[in-house]
Amino acid sequence: MDEEIDTRKINSSFLREHNYATEADIISTVEFNSSGELLATGDKGGRVVVFQREQESKNQPHRRGEYNVYSTFQSHEPEFDYLKSLEIEEKINKIRWLPQQNAAYFLLSTNDKTVKLWKISERDKRPEGYNLKDEDGRIRDPTTITALRVPVLRPMDLMVEATPRRVFSNAHTYHINSISVNSDYETYMSTDDLRINLWNLEITNRSFNIVDIKPSNMEELTEVITAAEFHPNHCNTFVYSSSKGSIRLCDMRAAALCDNHSKFFEEPEDPSNRSFFSEIISSISDVKFSHSGRYLMTRDYLTVKVWDLNMENKPLETYQVHDYLRSKLCSLYENDCIFDKFECVWNGTDSVLMTGSYNNFFRMFDRNTKRDVTLEASRENSKPRAILKPRKVCVGGKRRKDEISVDSLDFSKKILHTAWHPSENIIAVAATNNLYIFQDKVN
Amino acid sequence: MSACTLVSVSTVLGCHSCSRIDMFSKGTKRKFSDDGDEMLDESLAGAQVSSSYSLQRQSLLDMSLIKLQLCHMLVEPNLCRSVLIANTVRQIQEEMTHDGSWQVVTEAFCGGSQSPSERLVATEVLCRSREQDAEPKLFSVLSYEGCREEEVVADETLCSVSVSDTASNVCLSESARHCWERDELVDADRDDETCESSRLGPGDDEDDDDEDDDDEDEEVDIDEESPRDNPKTMGQVFGTFEIKNGTPGPDSALEELFSDVDASYYDLDTMLTGIQSAPKMGPYDLLDSLAPSHGPPSIGSPSSCRSDLNELDHIMEIIVGS
Repeated sequence: MDEEIDTRKINSSFLREHNYATEADIISTVEFNSSGELLATGDKGGRVVVFQREQESKNQPHRRGEYNVYSTFQSHEPEFDYLKSLEIEEKINKIRWLPQQNAAYFLLSTNDKTVKLWKISERDKRPEGYNLKDEDGRIRDPTTITALRVPVLRPMDLMVEATPRRVFSNAHTYHINSISVNSDYETYMSTDDLRINLWNLEITNRSFNIVDIKPSNMEELTEVITAAEFHPNHCNTFVYSSSKGSIRLCDMRAAALCDNHSKFFEEPEDPSNRSFFSEIISSISDVKFSHSGRYLMTRDYLTVKVWDLNMENKPLETYQVHDYLRSKLCSLYENDCIFDKFECVWNGTDSVLMTGSYNNFFRMFDRNTKRDVTLEASRENSKPRAILKPRKVCVGGKRRKDEISVDSLDFSKKILHTAWHPSENIIAVAATNNLYIFQDKVN
Repeated sequence: MSACTLVSVSTVLGCHSCSRIDMFSKGTKRKFSDDGDEMLDESLAGAQVSSSYSLQRQSLLDMSLIKLQLCHMLVEPNLCRSVLIANTVRQIQEEMTHDGSWQVVTEAFCGGSQSPSERLVATEVLCRSREQDAEPKLFSVLSYEGCREEEVVADETLCSVSVSDTASNVCLSESARHCWERDELVDADRDDETCESSRLGPGDDEDDDDEDDDDEDEEVDIDEESPRDNPKTMGQVFGTFEIKNGTPGPDSALEELFSDVDASYYDLDTMLTGIQSAPKMGPYDLLDSLAPSHGPPSIGSPSSCRSDLNELDHIMEIIVGS
């Protein structure tokens, strides 16, 4: 089991002069790129902040690379849908990196309605010695030009610029909850509550609808799509999860419209646990393929489940995230916390799972040793380089010294978004408007 | 079947934010916990565990309906949440049907030939007959002075007066005692709309009536359908008001009542997308007038504050009767 013991905090609200928590600073998505060199966060105000890992220094080999801000840009602006008299929030729902093919970095970011492809590139040289204009940009008087020269590139201070390269809009009636890049690196899909669309990264004025679960009569609507993802290796396969706790695996070779699934994963309900909230807590908030492509992980309100793609009738493993909330479901329904959408992530070797909880707690489960740990992401409890102390929630009876009782949990401090470096034990945890990055201690 | 203990509703486990629903949660909590406490006291006399359960179930139903109604404010409501809440409501209604509690309630309403005014009387009678169960904290229908927020909200939800004849108004029936103060139900032969207008106070915007009528409309539709039609009932939540498409029975009465409601309101996905009829004094108007008074501007904050502000505005508007 990995004990995360080297901590480093990066407060993403450093961009602002004051450190008060404004709603726009709330981080809404976190994602490492495929090499782990970059870490992108999106927030409720429509901004994307990209962090880059410092190259390891030969002078200080014991210091692992730290993440520093690399680029910041406004990805989405608030919009107003005049037809419906409704606002379109600029909150970034998801960011997905494209694999790197040249010196520039590309990522997809999406709000409720529009997906954008951003190019992040470095500029460290600039041309000097133009003929028709001088260094300040002013046009030179042609009569003063007596000789021709060839502009040369001279070094300049590093500038990182982000430019929107594609805007994929007007394809979703409902709110986009997921985007997923295909392993063919040419296409990607965007998913809203009722439909999934397939796009070509080069083409913005056309998309193909591949899943549509909208009933002809909206009165019959009882189930929505909550998340979707492409298989990491098979470009024809994807899965989508529903609000009823089921996952459907589809093969795009079977038909143009994948309304008929190839596989259907659902665990039968436990009749002893049945309540009015059973359906709500079974709603899947996140689905992730393992890196190997062999397993699927789903997160519902109280558990994390690992599924084997070859076994549809029940999950392989089930992990309890915060089962002590089971008796509090009514209160959580009342204050809407029961609708919180927690995400889940695999580590690089698919041996550890991580997901968030309340009170700024996050949980890790080791699939091999079956051990789990609860950690807390907060300023008070973590200083740089300090060891993260495991936390425990006490359910009833006597509370030990360091334990927290269920009734003292702060439900406004929820960790919904986390990310794990693709190959190393570095994790990024978003706690409201703060970003925490933890890494393994270097020996 | 496991039932959650709703009495613990009054302690929210230290949750402070949950911004949008918060005030309503608080209000709902006070209301329901008071209600629950009183009911528990009285039902203890009867020593019925089942009535406690049915109370909890009823509270859950009411809470869910309030949540659904609050869905369509300024920003497009979260469809997943709406679907889950609607499914919960459907589940409760189905269970109540099997229990027979649905029938018990509907028996209080007479047969199909009643005019709307008579049905109002029926409601009153229902309230009266249940007086011994009624909580003293009833709503003043006609005046808003001193009316608390949560009462206002519940009022909107639960004051959908029965306009149907058959199986109907389950929500209303049991909650009627929350909603109507017997003495205040002065003009029993006033129809819904005038009742609405007076409730909102004079000089109220016509379009606020429309919106409330629409809310009421939804509520009535939900209540009006027979239990067998639950999916159809729930469909009202997701738009496509089917009134015009001829659901059997009480439609003519409904249409008559709401004949002057702006038909453009009945659009597909109305509930989802919260289409608001054009002449309504938009929340943006309110927001514009309020904007200067709200804090340092920051990127994205106007829109994110907006939904909260507008909810608040909406409620304040009703309370103040402006």
